[in-house]
Amino acid sequence: MAKLDLPDALLVDKYVAGNEDALEILVNRHQSKIYGYIYSKVSNRDITEDIFQETFFKVIHTLKSKKYYNEEGKFLSWVLRIASNLIIDKFRNDKKMPLDRDTDDLSVFYRISDNSLNVEKRLIKEQINIDLKAIIEKLPHDQKEVIMMRYFLDMSFKEIADFTGVSVNTTLGRMRYAITNLRKVIDKNKIYLTT
Amino acid sequence: MAKLYSKKNLAKKTMLPKKETIRLLLQYSCALSIIKVGSMNFETFAN
Repeated sequence: MAKLDLPDALLVDKYVAGNEDALEILVNRHQSKIYGYIYSKVSNRDITEDIFQETFFKVIHTLKSKKYYNEEGKFLSWVLRIASNLIIDKFRNDKKMPLDRDTDDLSVFYRISDNSLNVEKRLIKEQINIDLKAIIEKLPHDQKEVIMMRYFLDMSFKEIADFTGVSVNTTLGRMRYAITNLRKVIDKNKIYLTT
Repeated sequence: MAKLYSKKNLAKKTMLPKKETIRLLLQYSCALSIIKVGSMNFETFAN
């Protein structure tokens, strides 16, 4: 059980040394964030599953070859970067980018649904989600990225900083600007985000 | 400032890959061996 508390870097070392259990712990520890990240980009369960699988094939291959990986303590950002590259490859091959992220399978803003809401409140809530999504889409890329990773992928600011290659303070600054910009747009357009 | 943004958690709990996918990955990992000879890598798969 103590193994579950080991840091990523140590688990990677153990895996490279031949301990297969270490990989299982790493996968279980980060699967939700990695899967969620991929899904937030591709909006399709099947493609997400494929890219998730492909990502870990690359991780396994790289670690077993004992090459490339030398970012001690940054396992998650390294894996997310691999996933990110695979997503780019995927869209390059398909020659299209996902434009509509709302599907029956998942609307990114529908995660805050509450079963106790009546029909009217639910409709209002849906409209709020649509409005909020549209506003977030208008944010500069770096700010949008921080919002998505923090609120929808549940990543810590440290993890976001590692992944985006900037300091934690910069990440916090981006979040602050993002929130400020969201408020400005909401005020300017007189959008009411309450039920 | 971190405290201001660290309470809300809107991430969906069920965003997880299929169990079969995880099983496949772990089995792939167990089966794969890579042997380095000089500058070349040789891959072998156990049945």
